[in-house]
Amino acid sequence: MADYRKITLDGLWHNNPALVQLLGLCPLLAVTGTVVNAMGLGLASTLVLTGSNLTVSLFRHFVPDSVRLPIFVMIIAAFVTSIELLMQAFTYELYQILGIFIPLIVTNCAIMGRADAFACKNPVGASVLDGLMMGIGFTAVLMVLGAMREVLGLGTLFSDMQLLFGPAAESWKITLVDDYSGFLFAILPPGAFVGMGLLIALKNIVDARLEERRRAQKPKAEGGGSKRVRVTGNVG
Amino acid sequence: MALIRSSSPHLHNAGSTPKIMRLLLIAALPGIAAMTFFFGWGTLIQIGWAMLLALGFEAAVMKLRRRPVAFYLRDSSALVTALLLGLALPPFSPWWLTLVGVFVAIVIAKHLYGGLGNNPFNPAMVAYALLLVSFPVDMTRWTAPFVLHADDGWQVLGLIDTFKVIFGALDHSAIDAFTSATPLDELRHRGGLTTEEAFRESRVLADGVGAWHAVAAAYFMGGVFLLYRKVFTWHTPLAMLGSLAAISTLFYLFAPDNFADPFFHLTMGATMLGAFFIATDPVTAATSNRGKLYYGAGIGVLVYVIRTWGSYPDAVAFAVLLMNLAAPFIDQYTQPRTYGHAKPKRGLKEDA
Repeated sequence: MADYRKITLDGLWHNNPALVQLLGLCPLLAVTGTVVNAMGLGLASTLVLTGSNLTVSLFRHFVPDSVRLPIFVMIIAAFVTSIELLMQAFTYELYQILGIFIPLIVTNCAIMGRADAFACKNPVGASVLDGLMMGIGFTAVLMVLGAMREVLGLGTLFSDMQLLFGPAAESWKITLVDDYSGFLFAILPPGAFVGMGLLIALKNIVDARLEERRRAQKPKAEGGGSKRVRVTGNVG
Repeated sequence: MALIRSSSPHLHNAGSTPKIMRLLLIAALPGIAAMTFFFGWGTLIQIGWAMLLALGFEAAVMKLRRRPVAFYLRDSSALVTALLLGLALPPFSPWWLTLVGVFVAIVIAKHLYGGLGNNPFNPAMVAYALLLVSFPVDMTRWTAPFVLHADDGWQVLGLIDTFKVIFGALDHSAIDAFTSATPLDELRHRGGLTTEEAFRESRVLADGVGAWHAVAAAYFMGGVFLLYRKVFTWHTPLAMLGSLAAISTLFYLFAPDNFADPFFHLTMGATMLGAFFIATDPVTAATSNRGKLYYGAGIGVLVYVIRTWGSYPDAVAFAVLLMNLAAPFIDQYTQPRTYGHAKPKRGLKEDA
């Protein structure tokens, strides 16, 4: 049976598509100017990822190995098209802001990678969970990066959330600095690269600390003192 | 008399990083003096403030990296970075602009890449480019040389008032009389005028350029001093100035109405500062003599191209950064021949 706990942790942290696999960087760098953009794209990617993992896993026994990639692409494209139509219907303004990056989800290697590396080899339940967790991990990184860039670049947080959550979310906007002159670099793609590098560095630091702590605890747990046999003394 | 016999190499007066950095600081003095004379106290304040910040950031990063703080502060490389940035920023730029710039230069462009000697890009130019892209309004509000607003004699905004302007105690409208576009800016936004008309119409171009000529001459003096002290070889500056002069002459002869003359390009903006103080940075430039020629020539051509057809008025920062990017590539193809050996293989050849 698949280890659900491991799949969850892998998706969210150990094998995070954005921080570790470094897949899907193009949308990650392009649309994370604000939290709402990042969240919109993250949710869309998560839905596509879950759906494509489910479908690929369902059909995994009928797909000939030699033509599996075109088949995966068609499955993913079908999901992306439906998501695109959904966004067009319900969040039209966000759809316009994200523009080309929604159809481009088809080419997001994180989705293709999960279909080929996981879903076509594992049962349905595990595949859906994997897709969901990878998607959430991806969305989380997108949102953190979006928040960093929004705070630095515009001096606000959660602005324009009504694009995704309806008019009630209009008041969610937090203005951190009044009369902020704006830091264009954070909004432009180079700022995304620097921010992304910092996030990866942060993850590596946390991992190193965890590893250190695990090592420090290990000898204590095994404990038991010296196992050396006493061979000297007792000369009598 | 005992003769001390030593084996080769018979080098004496071995250069060290702190020594070279201190020479650079000395060589910049004429330039600083000229800038202060023509544009007021702002330059000095910017340099001082940038140096203070640079030392602070350098010490903090060294502490974080668990390196000896005092040893690395003493090599003065942070001071040189701060000096270059302070000279490049508009003299009246607000304090936070310098703060952001120095942070980017020292922490991101220098130490995130591994510190002095490992940075692929010139830290001061990274900071300048970032500021220019992020805050175009503040970065293009240059100070007018005193000859434009003084009735007689030397007259600039007072030291205390300059402090107040930079640190936000005095509103920017107070200095409107003291600001203007740079000649490069002026020429770029001349509308439908030919260059000759622009030189006649615009006050900055008609009366103000002398200040920039003098500043360029001062940098040139400092550069020649560094050349004389063998801090760098002649290859990079000569190649840069030569290629810039050559390409601007070509276009000027071809269409003098549309393009500025070569002397203008050599003396305006940051050309001289760039040729002697920025492009010659040993860490980020090409290494071999032949490589330096290509490297410098590349900067010269890029400066002209970006100035003439790009969307930013001055181009030295972008040109230097682009050639920094190309420097490892140039190095790979310009390895000098080892004495007594056949021609070296260049680049990634299959095998001979």
